[in-house]
Amino acid sequence: MSPDLLKLIFGRLTIESLPLHEPIVVGTFAVVATGGLVMLAGLTYFRLWGYLWSEWFTSVDHKRIGIMYMILGIVMLLRGFADALMMRLQQALAFGGSEGYLNSHHYDQVFTAHGVIMIFFVAMPLVTGLMNFVVPLQIGARDVSFPFLNNFSFWMTVGGAVLVMASLFIGEFARTGWLAYPPLSNIGYSPDVGVDYYIWGLQVAGVGTTLSGINLICTIVKLRCPGMTMMRMPVFTWTALCTNVLIVASFPVLTVVLALLSLDRYVGTNFFTNDFGGSPMMYVNLIWIWGHPEVYILVLPAFGIFSEVTSTFSGKRLFGYTSMVYATVVITILSYLVWLHHFFTMGSGASVNSFFGITTMIISIPTGAKMFNWLFTMYRGRIRFELPMMWTIAFMLTFVLGGMTGVLLAVPPADFVLHNSLFLIAHFHNVIIGGVVFGAFAGIGYWFPKAFGFKLDPFWGKLSFWFWVTGFYLAFMPLYVLGLMGVTRRLRVFDDPSLQIWFIVAGIGAFLVFLGILSMLMQFAVSFLRREQLKDVTGDPWDARTLEWATSSPPPAYNFAFTPVVHDNDAWWDMKKRGYQRPLTGFKPIHMPSSTGTGIILAGFATAMGFGLIWYIWWLAAASFIAMLAVGIGHTFNYHRDFDIPADDVIRAEDARTKLLAGAK
Amino acid sequence: MSRFKILALLPLAVALSGCNYVVLAPAGDIAAQQRDLVIISTVLMLLIVVPVMALTVLFAWRYRQSNTDARYEPEWDHSTSLELVIWSAPLLIIVCLGALTWMGTHLLDPYRTLGRIHADRAVDQSKAPLEVDVVALDWKWLFIYPDYGIATVNDLAAPVDRPINFRITASSVMNSFYIPALAGQIYAMPGMETKLHAVVNHAGTYRGFSANYSGAGFSGMHFNFQGLDDKGFDAWIASAKSGGGSLGRAEYLQLEKPSQNEPVRRYGTVDSDLYRLILNMCVETGKMCQSEMMAIDAKGGLGHEGLNNTLPLAYDKYARRGTALGPEPTFVAGTCTPDAPQGRTTASITAPVDTAPLLGAGLKRPTFTPLKSSSFFLGQRPKSDS
Repeated sequence: MSPDLLKLIFGRLTIESLPLHEPIVVGTFAVVATGGLVMLAGLTYFRLWGYLWSEWFTSVDHKRIGIMYMILGIVMLLRGFADALMMRLQQALAFGGSEGYLNSHHYDQVFTAHGVIMIFFVAMPLVTGLMNFVVPLQIGARDVSFPFLNNFSFWMTVGGAVLVMASLFIGEFARTGWLAYPPLSNIGYSPDVGVDYYIWGLQVAGVGTTLSGINLICTIVKLRCPGMTMMRMPVFTWTALCTNVLIVASFPVLTVVLALLSLDRYVGTNFFTNDFGGSPMMYVNLIWIWGHPEVYILVLPAFGIFSEVTSTFSGKRLFGYTSMVYATVVITILSYLVWLHHFFTMGSGASVNSFFGITTMIISIPTGAKMFNWLFTMYRGRIRFELPMMWTIAFMLTFVLGGMTGVLLAVPPADFVLHNSLFLIAHFHNVIIGGVVFGAFAGIGYWFPKAFGFKLDPFWGKLSFWFWVTGFYLAFMPLYVLGLMGVTRRLRVFDDPSLQIWFIVAGIGAFLVFLGILSMLMQFAVSFLRREQLKDVTGDPWDARTLEWATSSPPPAYNFAFTPVVHDNDAWWDMKKRGYQRPLTGFKPIHMPSSTGTGIILAGFATAMGFGLIWYIWWLAAASFIAMLAVGIGHTFNYHRDFDIPADDVIRAEDARTKLLAGAK
Repeated sequence: MSRFKILALLPLAVALSGCNYVVLAPAGDIAAQQRDLVIISTVLMLLIVVPVMALTVLFAWRYRQSNTDARYEPEWDHSTSLELVIWSAPLLIIVCLGALTWMGTHLLDPYRTLGRIHADRAVDQSKAPLEVDVVALDWKWLFIYPDYGIATVNDLAAPVDRPINFRITASSVMNSFYIPALAGQIYAMPGMETKLHAVVNHAGTYRGFSANYSGAGFSGMHFNFQGLDDKGFDAWIASAKSGGGSLGRAEYLQLEKPSQNEPVRRYGTVDSDLYRLILNMCVETGKMCQSEMMAIDAKGGLGHEGLNNTLPLAYDKYARRGTALGPEPTFVAGTCTPDAPQGRTTASITAPVDTAPLLGAGLKRPTFTPLKSSSFFLGQRPKSDS
C-alpha cells in the first residue's frame, strides 16, 4: 500500500508507535493482556456478559453507577500506584553516577501519568461514586434527577480512563507534568501524541464530570423528601452540593483551556505560544482557576464523610451543624480566590502575591473550625473504634500537619524557597492522602454494608489501615526533609549521595502503602467469602443517624417503599427515637427509569473520536462524531424510558425484609 | 539513657549530620530572611496545631466506648461560647500571619533592590551592584556579565557582600532559576523578563538549578554558584576573559539547541546586544524583535496588511513546531504608504519574488511537514519550499 493511503487510514499510527523496544512496557502489557484474557474467558465461561450488560453497564440505578465508579477508582489506583512505586524506585537508585533503570523518556511519562491518573481517575471516581451512591439515599429520593445522564457521565469517565490507559501500550503519554504547562506542552516542544492523549483523555472524562455535577445539584435541590429543608440536610449532602457547584463552575474552565491548547496544537493558533501575542502565563492562570477549586472538589466530600462518621461512631449529634454548613459554603466561595498561590514565583507584584497569600490563609479559618467541630463531636461521646472511625482519627492527626505546611506555603517569601520542592510534594500528598484518600476509605468502610448487605472484614481492614498510615508517614516525612535541603521535584538522577538514605526510606514507605493496598483487596475478597458471618440484616449496622440507614441493605431498586418525611436533622436517629414503625401494608406500584445502553454506546464513540484525533485518523474522528450525533438524536425517539415496579414486587421485597428483621430480633 | 538506646539513635544522627539543610541555613541575606519567615510562621501555626493534635488524642482516648466513667451527652451539639473560640482562635493566628505576610512579601519582593546586605549592614551605595543576565536554555544555563563582557554556561560566581541584580529570561520553555543558598526562586520564561535581587554573605560553592520541569534534560540542568571574595572574583573574571572564545549571535544559535548535562563553558567576549535580542526573541537575523512589534502596535499598527505581517515575527513557530491542520505562513505583499492609503489600489506595489520564509543563521528549515492526508479535507496547499 502506498504511504499516502496508509497515512489516510492510520494517521500517524505506525508499527513503531507500539513500544515494543521498551521491555518494561512489554512486560506490563503481557501481564495485563494475560489478566484481561483470563477475566474475559471467565466472564464468558460463567455466562456473565448478559448479566453485566443488563444489570450493570446499562443500569441507570444510582447505587449501581456509584459502585461502578468505586470499582473504576480502585482499578485505576492500582495503575497510578504502580507509577508511584516506579518513581520511588528510580529515585532511590539513581545516585552516584547511576542512571537508575528508567530513561527520561519513560520516567517523565511516569510522573505525568501518576498525577493525572491519581487526580482524575482515582480521587474523582471515588468521590463521585460515594456521592452518587449516598446522596439520593440520604435525601430520601428514589434516584438522581437525570438517571440516564448519570449512566452516560460514568461511561464518559471510563472513556477518558481508557484513553489514558491506551497511551501505555499505543504510543506514549505526555512528558509535561500533570498540568501540561505550555510552551512545553505545545506542538513545538511536544510534537508526539502524549499531550494529545492527555488532552482528549481529560476532555472526554471532563464531559462526564460536568454532567454528573449538574445532575447531583438538581438532585439535591429538587428531590429532597418532604420536611428536609436545606438546614436539615445531612452534612455529607451539604458538602456534595458544594462540591458539585464547584464542579459545574470550574470544569468548564478546564474544558476551555484544554480546547485552546488543542487549537494551538492542531490548527496553529497562538493562545499559549511564545510569539504572536500568545501567553503561556494565561494557561497557567486558567488551569489553576480550575485546579484550585479541584482540590476542594475532592476534599469537601471527604469532610462530609468524616462528619457523618464522627457523629455516628461517637453516638452523638454533630457539634455545630450550622457552623459546619457555613464553613463549607465559605470554603466553596473562597476556593475561587486563591489560585495564584500556585505560582507566586511567576513574578507578580508583591501586592498581588500578598492578596492571594492572605486569601489562602483565610481558608484555613473555616477549615480549622471544622476540625474543632469534629473534635467537640467526640467530646462527651461514646466512641466506637470501628475502621471508619480509625481512618477519621488518622485523618485529623495527619491533615492538620498538611494544613499547616499548606499555610506555610501560602506565605509568598516562604514559597519562594519551597516552591516546586519535595516539600511541596509532601504537602499536597499530606492533604490529599490524609484528607481525600483516608476519607474515601472511611466512606467505603462506612457505606459498604449498605451497598452489599455485609460488613467488611475488620482484621484485613485494620492491617490495611496500619500499613497505609505508617507507610504514608515513612514515604512523605522524608520528602519534607528533602525539601528543606533544597531538593526539587521531578528529578530523575541525583549527584549528592547524602540524599540517598531519605529516598530509600521514602521507598520503604511506598512499599508499605503497597502492602496496605494489597491488604485492602484481600479485605474485599475475605469479606466476600465470609459474607454470611458478616451479614447485616437490620440495614443499620452502625446504629447510624441519617436516612440511608432507614432502608434495607442493600437497598431495593426503589430505595424507599414510601417516601420518608423528615422532622429533624439526623432524620433516622429521630425516627428511631420516636419509635418509628415500618409500614407493612398499602404498597403501590413505583415509577422508575428504565435501563438504556445509549450511555455506553455514546461514550464508546466519544472515546473512538478522541483516539482518532490523537492519531490524526481524521476519518475515524469524523465518523465517530457523526455516529455520536446520530445515536444521541436516535435516543430522543426512545419512548421506553420508564416503567412501574408492580405493587406485588414491592410487597414481595418488603415482606422479605420484614421476615429478615423479625429473624434479627 | 542506656548505651543500647544511644546506639539505636546512631543511624539517625549519622543521617542528620550528613545533610545540608540549605533552606534552613543559607548563605545569602535574602534566603536567610525567607528562612526566618518559614520558621516564624511555623511556630505561629504550631500554637494551634499542637493543641488540636493533643486534644484529638485526648478525646479519642477519654471518650472511648469502654470508658463508662466519661460523661456521655448524646444531644449536646451547640455552645455559643465554644463556637466563638473555635472561629476566633484560628482567626487571630491568621491576622498575625497575614500581617507578617503582607510585610514580608513587600520587603522580600524579588523585584525590589536591596536595602541591606546583612542584618546589621546597609548597602554601600558607592559600589555598583553586579549585573548578571540569566538565560535558561534547553537544558543549561547561560550567564552573561554585561559589565565585564564575558559569558559562561553552567557557571556562576559573585563577590561576597556585593548586591547582585539578576535579569532572567529563557530561550524556549519555562524554567525556574533557583539557588537555595542565595535567594528564593523565580521563573525564567521565554520572551519575558523576571528579576531577582540578592546578595551572598559567605564565600563558598553552592548549588543552583532549574526548579521547574522543562523536558528531557531537566535533571542535568544545574550549575555551581561560587561566592568569592573580591580578589577571587577578579581572578575568576580574568580567567574567563583570557580563556578566549566569543559568544555572538551565530554561536548563541548553536548553543541554544537542546543538549543535556553540559559542562562548564566560558566566553571571553560576548555580543553586548545578545541578551536584549534573546529577550525579544530575535537573535536570528531577519526576525522582527518583540520590542519593535510592540512599538509598531503602540503607534497603531501597520494597517490592514499589517495583520498578515507575521513571517518576520516567527521565532519558534516554524523553526521548531508545526501543526496538524495549521495554516501556511503568510506574508505581506504590500503596505500602505502615503501614496497608496487604504482603499486605493496597491497593485503597483510588486510582491517580493522569493516568498520563502526568512531563514536565520544556525537554524535549519522546519522539518515538520503537515500530513499529506490533511489535504483530503483542506484541499491541496501550495508548497512553501521554493
